[in-house]
Amino acid sequence: MRRPSVVVSLAIVLFIVIAAIAPNLLAPGDPLAIHPGDSFLPPSLGHPFGTDESGRDVYTRIIHGAGASVLIGITATAIGLGLAIVFGLLAGLGPRWLDFGTTRFLEVLFAFPGLLFALLFIVIYGPGVLTSTIAVGLATAPGYGRIIRSRVLVVRRAPYLEASLVLGRGRFFRVTRHLLPNVAGSLFVLATLGIGQSIVWASSLSYLGLGAVPPAAEWGAMLSAGRTYISSFWWLTFFPGLFIVLTAAATTLLGRGLQERVRS
Amino acid sequence: MTSLLTVQNLSVGFGPLTAVSDVSFDIPAGACVAIVGESGSGKSVTARTILGLAGRDATVSGSIGFDDTDLTHSSPRRLRALRGRDIGFVSQGALVALDPLRTVGHEIADSLRVHTKLSPRQRQERVIELLESVGMPEPMLRASQRPDQLSGGLRQRAVIASAIALNPRLLIADEPTTALDATVTAGILDLLATLRERGTAILLISHDLAVVSRLASHIVVMRAGVVVESGSTQQVLREPRHPYTRELIAAVPGGLPHTGSPAGEPVVTATGVTKRFGSRVAVDEVSYELRRGRTLGVVGESGSGKTTLARLTLALERPDAGSIELFGEPWTAVPERDRTARRPRIGAIYQDALSSFDPRLTVRQILADALGPAAELGRRVTEAELVSLVERVGLNANVLPRHPRVLSGGQQQRVAIARAIAPRPDVIVCDEPVSNLDVSVQAQVLALLDGLQREFGLSYLFITHDLGVVRQVSDELLVMKDGVVVERGETEAVFAEPRHPFTRALLAAVPKLRR
Repeated sequence: MRRPSVVVSLAIVLFIVIAAIAPNLLAPGDPLAIHPGDSFLPPSLGHPFGTDESGRDVYTRIIHGAGASVLIGITATAIGLGLAIVFGLLAGLGPRWLDFGTTRFLEVLFAFPGLLFALLFIVIYGPGVLTSTIAVGLATAPGYGRIIRSRVLVVRRAPYLEASLVLGRGRFFRVTRHLLPNVAGSLFVLATLGIGQSIVWASSLSYLGLGAVPPAAEWGAMLSAGRTYISSFWWLTFFPGLFIVLTAAATTLLGRGLQERVRS
Repeated sequence: MTSLLTVQNLSVGFGPLTAVSDVSFDIPAGACVAIVGESGSGKSVTARTILGLAGRDATVSGSIGFDDTDLTHSSPRRLRALRGRDIGFVSQGALVALDPLRTVGHEIADSLRVHTKLSPRQRQERVIELLESVGMPEPMLRASQRPDQLSGGLRQRAVIASAIALNPRLLIADEPTTALDATVTAGILDLLATLRERGTAILLISHDLAVVSRLASHIVVMRAGVVVESGSTQQVLREPRHPYTRELIAAVPGGLPHTGSPAGEPVVTATGVTKRFGSRVAVDEVSYELRRGRTLGVVGESGSGKTTLARLTLALERPDAGSIELFGEPWTAVPERDRTARRPRIGAIYQDALSSFDPRLTVRQILADALGPAAELGRRVTEAELVSLVERVGLNANVLPRHPRVLSGGQQQRVAIARAIAPRPDVIVCDEPVSNLDVSVQAQVLALLDGLQREFGLSYLFITHDLGVVRQVSDELLVMKDGVVVERGETEAVFAEPRHPFTRALLAAVPKLRR
C-alpha cells in the first residue's frame, strides 16, 4: 500500500477518528459556547473556519461533531451488516425455500431507494438521532445481504469445506472455522466502504431536520443551520460539507485499497 | 538445411529475476524441436519471448532470428504481422484460449480477416477446410458452436486450426496436450506430426518426455532458465549426459510395475452403485472391493464417471441405487450424522491441492485441524507431532508457518497428503493426485504414497487418467467408460492382455518413450 491516495485517506480517517475520540485534543474550546459579539466572522487565524450566527467557532463545532457523525455512521453500518449477515446466512445456508423467501424479501426492500426507505421509517417512528441511525442501517441492509448471500454460496461450495467434511468435522466447526471467517474477509471491506456512505445518509437526514437538530454539533445539522446564510456567509456550509465529503471519500478510497489488497 | 529460427544467447529477466539465461538453439525449416523442462524452467518464457510476448517488464538480450528478421529488434507492428501469418501459436490453456462468447468459426476466421483479403464466403470455406484438416468431426456444425459446446480435445483442435489458418512456417505449441486425456493426446500428437510432414516447423514446449519423443527430432532440456543438455532426440534419450536429464527419463511413469503387499480383509465394498445427474447416468451399476493394504486403480477419460465414483466412495454424493459399505458397515445408506464419527477413517487427496486448503490458514493450522479429531479430547496438538507429520511426508518444518499458496505444487500435494494421513485413516481416495505435477515431482509423490501404504497398511482408491501412473501404483484395475466398468482385473494381467477394445485403445494411446 504505497499509493498516495491510500496514504492520504488513511491520514484523513486517522484525523477524524482522533476528533471523534478526543475532540479536545484538536479543538479545546466548547462547541456550544456563544459569543454574540463575534458572530459571522470570516475564517481567520483565531477562527480558522470562521464563526456562525451566535459567534460559535465553526472549527470547534466540526471537530466536536465528528464524534456524532462517526458514531452514527458506524452504528448504522453495524446495524445494516448485522441484519445482512442474518439474512445472508439464512439464504445461503438454509433450505431452498428459505433462500427463495429471503431473497425475494431482500429484493422487495432493494426496490425502494435507500433514503426513501429511511424516510418511511422515520415517518413511522418519529425523527431523532437514534431513529435516523436505525433507519440508515435498515436501508443499507438489503444491499449487504445480497452480497453476503452470494459470498456464502461461493464459500459453501469451496473444495476446502468439503475437505473439512471428509476429515470428519461437524457442521458447526465447518461454519465457524471456515465459512464465517472467509465470508468475513469481504465484510471488512464492505464495512469500510459503508461507513462513509452511512455518514452521508445520516447527515442528509439531519439536514432535512429528521436526525440531530441544531444547535447540536452534527455536520448535517450544521449544514442545515448554515443554509439560511449561504449567500452571504459561505463558511457556515462549506466546512461541514467539506468534512462530510472528505470522510466519505477517504473511507471509500481506503475500502477500495483494502479490497485490492484482499484480492491480491 | 538452413535454419528457420535461430535463437542465440537469449536471456530474459523480470526485474532482479532471471527467467531465461543464455539459451541458444535453432530450428531448421520443417523440423520439430522440443524444449523440455519442469514448471519454472523458463521454457514458456522462451516461447513467449520468441513471439514478442514477454511483456513490458521483461528485459531481453541476445538475438532471435526468424528467416532474416531479428525478432528482438523488430517493431511491435512487424511482430504483429509475423504472428499469425508466419508464426502460429498454440497456447497452454487450450480450454481458455477461445473467446467463450464467439463461435469457433468466427475465432478461426479472425486471423484470415486480419491477414488476408478473402471474402466472407471464402473465409467461411477456408474455416471448414481447416477444421477438416485438424480432424474435427462435423466441421460445419462445429464452426457454428461456441467453445463450451466442445470437448477439451475438440477445443484444442480448434485452437490448432486457428494457429495454422495462414499456413505458418513455424508453429509454437506450448504444452498442447497437458490438459487432455490419453487417447485425445494421441490424436493431437498425430495431428502435429501430420503438420510437420506437410513442412511446418514446430517448436514444442512440454514437461513430458514421452510426448516429446514422439514428435521432436531435437530436444533442448532446460532447468532453472539454463539449457542443461541439447541434442538429437535419440542421443538425448539413449545417452543422456546430464544427471537431470537422466532423472527426467527415469521419472516417466509406466516403467516399473507395482509390487503390492498381500491383500487383507475388505475395507470398502461397493455393490451396484448407480448415480444419475438429470437424465445422464454418471456411474452405472459399479461394484468393487478394496482390501487392506491394496491399491485399486480406476482409469478412464474425463466424463467416464471416475470422479463421481470417488465422491460416492467418500459419501459426498448419495447413490441412486446400490450402496457402499465401510468395514462391513453401511456407509452411503445412513444419514450424515451417523457417518461423521467414522469419516476420519477414510481420507482424500485431490487433484487441485491448493483449492482444498482454506486460503486463510497456514500449513500449521491446516495440519493441527486435521490432527485435532484424532488427538484425545482436550489435548492440544503439540509442535512435535506437527513436525514429525511434515517430516514424514518429506517436508521441512519451516513450511509450517507458511501459507500453502506460496509453496510449490509438489509441496502443496505433500501437505495435502500429510493432512490426509493425520487422522490415521485406513483408506485414502486419491483423485488424480499427481496430474498437476511435473514428471519428476510426480515420481516423488508416488513414491511417498507407496511408502505410506507399506508403513500404515493403507488402502488406496486411485483415480487417474494416466495409465503409466496407474500401472506404477495399483494392484488391481477398473477401466471405466461412460459410467460403466468395461474391464477389471489384476493390473499386470490387464496390461498384458487387455480384453475390451476400449482398454486396448487406451493402452495404444499411452505416449511411450521412443528411443
